[in-house]
Amino acid sequence: MKKPGEFIREEVRNTPPSGIRKYFDMLSGLSDVISLGVGEPDFVTPWQIRESAIYSLEKGRTHYTSNTGLLELRQAVCNMLRKKYNLDYNPLNQIIITVGASEAIDIAIRSIAGPGDEVIIPEPCFVAYKGCVNFAGATAVPLQLKEENRFKLTVEQLKECVTKKTKALILAYPNNPTGAIMTKEELRPIADYLSTKDIVVISDEIYADLTYGTKHFSFAELENMHDKVIYVNGFSKSYSMTGWRLGYVCAHKDIVAEMLKIHQYAIMCAPSFVQYAAIDALEQCEADVERMRKQYDARRRYIYNGLIEIGIDCFLPEGAFYVFPNIKKTGLTSERFCDRLLMEHKVLAVPGTAFSSAGEGYFRATYASSLENIKEALKRMERFVNTL
Amino acid sequence: MDILELLKQDARLTPKELAVMTGKSVEEVEKVIKQYERDKVIAGYSAVINWEKARDNIVVAFIEIKVTPERDYGFEEIAKRIYSYEQVKTCYLMSGAFDIAAVVEGSDLKEVALFVAQKLSAIQGVTATSTHFVLKKYKENDLIFEEEEKDRREAIVL
Ligand SMILES: Cc1ncc(COP(=O)(O)O)c(C=O)c1O
Repeated sequence: MKKPGEFIREEVRNTPPSGIRKYFDMLSGLSDVISLGVGEPDFVTPWQIRESAIYSLEKGRTHYTSNTGLLELRQAVCNMLRKKYNLDYNPLNQIIITVGASEAIDIAIRSIAGPGDEVIIPEPCFVAYKGCVNFAGATAVPLQLKEENRFKLTVEQLKECVTKKTKALILAYPNNPTGAIMTKEELRPIADYLSTKDIVVISDEIYADLTYGTKHFSFAELENMHDKVIYVNGFSKSYSMTGWRLGYVCAHKDIVAEMLKIHQYAIMCAPSFVQYAAIDALEQCEADVERMRKQYDARRRYIYNGLIEIGIDCFLPEGAFYVFPNIKKTGLTSERFCDRLLMEHKVLAVPGTAFSSAGEGYFRATYASSLENIKEALKRMERFVNTL
Repeated sequence: MDILELLKQDARLTPKELAVMTGKSVEEVEKVIKQYERDKVIAGYSAVINWEKARDNIVVAFIEIKVTPERDYGFEEIAKRIYSYEQVKTCYLMSGAFDIAAVVEGSDLKEVALFVAQKLSAIQGVTATSTHFVLKKYKENDLIFEEEEKDRREAIVL
């Protein structure tokens, strides 16, 4: 007879849990810890959006919405995408409102790749991609991004990873954990190469609103790839709405129709009152997004400068809200560095290895934290670095 | 954020910190601030204090004042006579049902009421006043006076 755990599929069993779970245990028993380990804004959702959700509950908007999401919300998203990123998606058949960008990533991968297929994942990257590829029964092909390229993807690297089995590439700029971005000029050669291949690009642009020098350019805007891009975005980061679980996915209508089946059968629809609030977020809260972006920008400069001053090498991030310092010269592994930083100096940062082996020699710290916290964390890090 | 926005948020930031956060040089920041101070764009620096917490004998009132504008000077001279009193902490020219709003502070109700009756009402050109005592301050200068909500985020996710 099988033991309960043995009923679990191999793909699931063989996928390790997130590498940072052990910090939960290490944290209990410690007090006065400053956490720069979080991947979400420190701001609460703007009041206007919260108020709007309360109102929609008051009005009894508590039923299922259409599977693809409220038409009004789909229209609002498509209008915003057109205005901000020059992307043309039809609200009637080219968008699905999802439970976070997380669901969007999952249904995109499951629609495209299965057993025998390969999905190229540039690393270090957000932890969920590889898991989703594994669960779909497909094979994740890692591509190691390099600091000397400022963690940008190059065509040469991409070409080395493409095989006959390649079904999709996951592109995620602005990037978690590196803070890297890619410009139009840098994306174009990737598009030119892929346009000659039968490869879909899943473009996770959830940090699109959070860039600090140049305005974000969407990969989906490149004409020759538009129909082969699955565009993923959401409300979590721009609007500080992580706990609301709302995102969306846009693509060619024939792709959307297929993804919709998975969404339909697995999810039904995203929460209705959350969708109502999201309409107001899009239509009335642009100023809030900009206010928060400017705060992140000031903190970004502060933490970057602070790290350089205490002798930690770091590349200046241009998007998202993370720094990804290089600690190779300390001689410590990422994990050892972060363990000691936490146990000895009570600052929590995430070892680069949590974002794949390509992250060895780095750690991720978020600057979505108050300036006060950042200042204190830098002081503690300085003390730590001085003991090394 | 620019220098003004940053200082509004925290006036204690040093020129060096401001320089880092705006991408300017320290000299440039110092020069710009000097100029703002000279032009009275930056009118001053002060802490936002919740006096209710610091002491128990403080009374704040919001006074609506109606005035007849003076020939040649309009409201300016009357406003000056009002805001020159040390008890008047804030003073605005208003549109609408009254003309001037003044925030007055004192150590008890009687003191404030007497000040309004004997000083403000007596100013030439002031035709009527209406005093509203402040019972509680919730927010001032962008700052919410209640206990700060703590960071509710999980220390680490995923
Ligand atoms: C790159 C990236 N994509 C997707 C997500 C998930 O976002 P959501 O909250 O919309 O599911 C995150 C969250 O950390 C992320 O960093």
